[in-house]
Amino acid sequence: MRIGVSNMRKGDYKVIVGLGSCGIAAGGNKVYDAFKGIVEKSEIPVILDETGCMGMCYKEVLVEVIDPDGKSVIYGEVTPEKANKIFESHIIEGKPVTEWIVKADDLETSEDSFFNKQMRIVLRRCGAINPESIDEAIAMDAYKAIEKAIKTMTPEQVIEEVLNSGLRGRGGAGFPTGMKWKFARASQDSKKYIICNADEGDPGAFMDRSVLEGDPHSVIEGMMIAGYAIGADEGYIYARAEYPLAIKRLKIAIKDAEERGFLGKNILGTDFSFKIKIKEGAGAFVCGEETALLASIEGKRGMPRMRPPFPAVKGLWEKPTNINNVETFANVPYIILHGASEYAKYGTEKSKGTKVFALAGKIAKGGLVEVPMGIPLKEIIYDIGGGTSSGKKFKAVQMGGPSGGCIPADLIDTIIDYDSVNQTGAIMGSGGMIVMDEDNCMVDIARFFLTFTQKESCGKCTFCRIGTKRMLEILERITKGEGKEGDIELLEELCANIKKNSLCGLGQTAPNPVLTTIKYFRHEYEAHIRDKKCPAKQCKALIEYRILEDKCIGCTACSRVCPVKAISGEVKKTHKIDSSICTKCGACKATCKFGAIIVE
Amino acid sequence: MSNKCCCNERSHYFDKFDKILAKYEGKEADLIPILQNIQDAYGYLPQDVLDELCNRTGLHPSQVMGVATFYSQFRLKPTGENLIKLCFGTACHVNGAEKVAEALADELKIEIGGTTEDGKFTLETVACLGCCSLAPVMMIGDETYGRLTPDKARKIIRGFYENRGE
Repeated sequence: MRIGVSNMRKGDYKVIVGLGSCGIAAGGNKVYDAFKGIVEKSEIPVILDETGCMGMCYKEVLVEVIDPDGKSVIYGEVTPEKANKIFESHIIEGKPVTEWIVKADDLETSEDSFFNKQMRIVLRRCGAINPESIDEAIAMDAYKAIEKAIKTMTPEQVIEEVLNSGLRGRGGAGFPTGMKWKFARASQDSKKYIICNADEGDPGAFMDRSVLEGDPHSVIEGMMIAGYAIGADEGYIYARAEYPLAIKRLKIAIKDAEERGFLGKNILGTDFSFKIKIKEGAGAFVCGEETALLASIEGKRGMPRMRPPFPAVKGLWEKPTNINNVETFANVPYIILHGASEYAKYGTEKSKGTKVFALAGKIAKGGLVEVPMGIPLKEIIYDIGGGTSSGKKFKAVQMGGPSGGCIPADLIDTIIDYDSVNQTGAIMGSGGMIVMDEDNCMVDIARFFLTFTQKESCGKCTFCRIGTKRMLEILERITKGEGKEGDIELLEELCANIKKNSLCGLGQTAPNPVLTTIKYFRHEYEAHIRDKKCPAKQCKALIEYRILEDKCIGCTACSRVCPVKAISGEVKKTHKIDSSICTKCGACKATCKFGAIIVE
Repeated sequence: MSNKCCCNERSHYFDKFDKILAKYEGKEADLIPILQNIQDAYGYLPQDVLDELCNRTGLHPSQVMGVATFYSQFRLKPTGENLIKLCFGTACHVNGAEKVAEALADELKIEIGGTTEDGKFTLETVACLGCCSLAPVMMIGDETYGRLTPDKARKIIRGFYENRGE
């Protein structure tokens, strides 16, 4: 039984363990159990609670300790063993364990820079509440915006407010949300639907999952406001089946909201009724496209169809339907509660508010960050993210996943808004931001994304189905050192045709990773094709491992670790790699303590 | 292997399926949730259960198979005792997931997608597990293993065999 904050007595300590997917993957449940064991035996009353993603994924497992006087300290990289020390020192002796602190109310830490440039609107309650407690959400303003909307505003006024806020779709394309609602409102039908697109399929993106796991009520409330605005009484959340924790917490949140009368018939004594159902996806990237998503909810193969008619006119079961993504909905209650102008204070002329990014890849401080639109990319990567994790030179950042592109190091001053990012050839996308250093081969990255889109193409459009396959074959050939003159031009031609002749976003954007890497890293393609070299030394067919005679001391560590016995040599004598046997797995290089193994 | 007993009565094999079907109306919109439930109960989508599904709901076999083969979640073959889901997301890729995949394939002596001869492991890759800060990552059953190296991945597999006294 977990005790919510509402039961907290004055004078109690509170220990909160971060149990988002990241925290659990890092061992959060074991830390929670360790604290549980300690708390149960302790004579000091301590309240143990859980919360969602606190954002600092690179420091998981995170544990927050709140003193009886309300002061907060967050510890990073907590293990069950460290739990004992934290409890004894901090709670029993009143001395926080300074060296493990990553954030504190009255202490500066080296990690403060991670938060200083962030602005939390979407993530306002993530990491601050127990996501399974509706009381904690209500204590932080949940369901106040829907009450304001249905009791004091007309649906038209709600739409006007969202239009004025400048909110644009956070799923990637950036269509003005208020406009979308206006179209759906204008459709005349007695039955309409609201759909929340939680099919977050971009590899390397976990923004929506963290919001659903950390604050499901914000999404439910956003959907309700949209329902009131367009005249819908039913909503679906289409969630990735790979997100079991998000689905579990959504189910709890929906049930709690129903019991409190926020969902159901005649909500808060008004004429407005609204219910929400969850549909679990079954693993198809294309279902992030709205018409494919509709087909999937209807129980069909998730294949897109022609638009028009747009879903706002003919959507789910032919009824007018409004589809927004998780982050878009999570913004809405804030806008309604605080007003459009308060929201529009943040951002640039055409991109208002904030954007959540999942910062990952070769980044020192990877995690979930929310920044005001207009912030330069440089500040996200260096000031918040702390630069590359390897300490090596930053090379590029990939934005927008398989639909996006790579922004090279020389464009690091690009500011984050829809139009500036589009100009680089990448897209804002849903918020995946993968950092790469000089060891990453850009041709290999292009091949990686094409492998993904080629596999995920639903097969409906010939150019997407066969075109991506041909592109992948060319990219594979280049990375294997079998590239030919004219391959780059052929890729460009295919890109143009696939973009032009595909029905949905998947095909139309699939060439982007290739186009941007050709645009900014053409020399790498040329090195692979002409010189048969991989400048980043990643493509296996183009590299060789060699032992430096002057550095090898003959410790035999490499030959023992080699899985194919390609390394020979006697103890205390220089070793040698037989390149005809070597599989280039890199195990030897990782083992050598003397820097004697190089890649050429 | 027959799923019916000698007197030709329906065996208990279909009990789990009966329970699932009782929860739904059996309309087209229920197809994906029904298949998800069948997979949860049986570990995969057995052909005879799918046949039964068509018989009982009137859904056409092409429709059922169309959906079952479209979505990557569904499998038509049983998996090994432990399912390894190796993440091939972008963050894992840039941090060396392919090398981990090769090490696992070599250690288990199977290709990606295959099952070991002793039926202990099935090795699969998935698009993204979403714990990018722990990249490269894999899941074995419900347990997540992060910050993998080829060597660490091999040791985890060996650990499974050693712990079971084999």
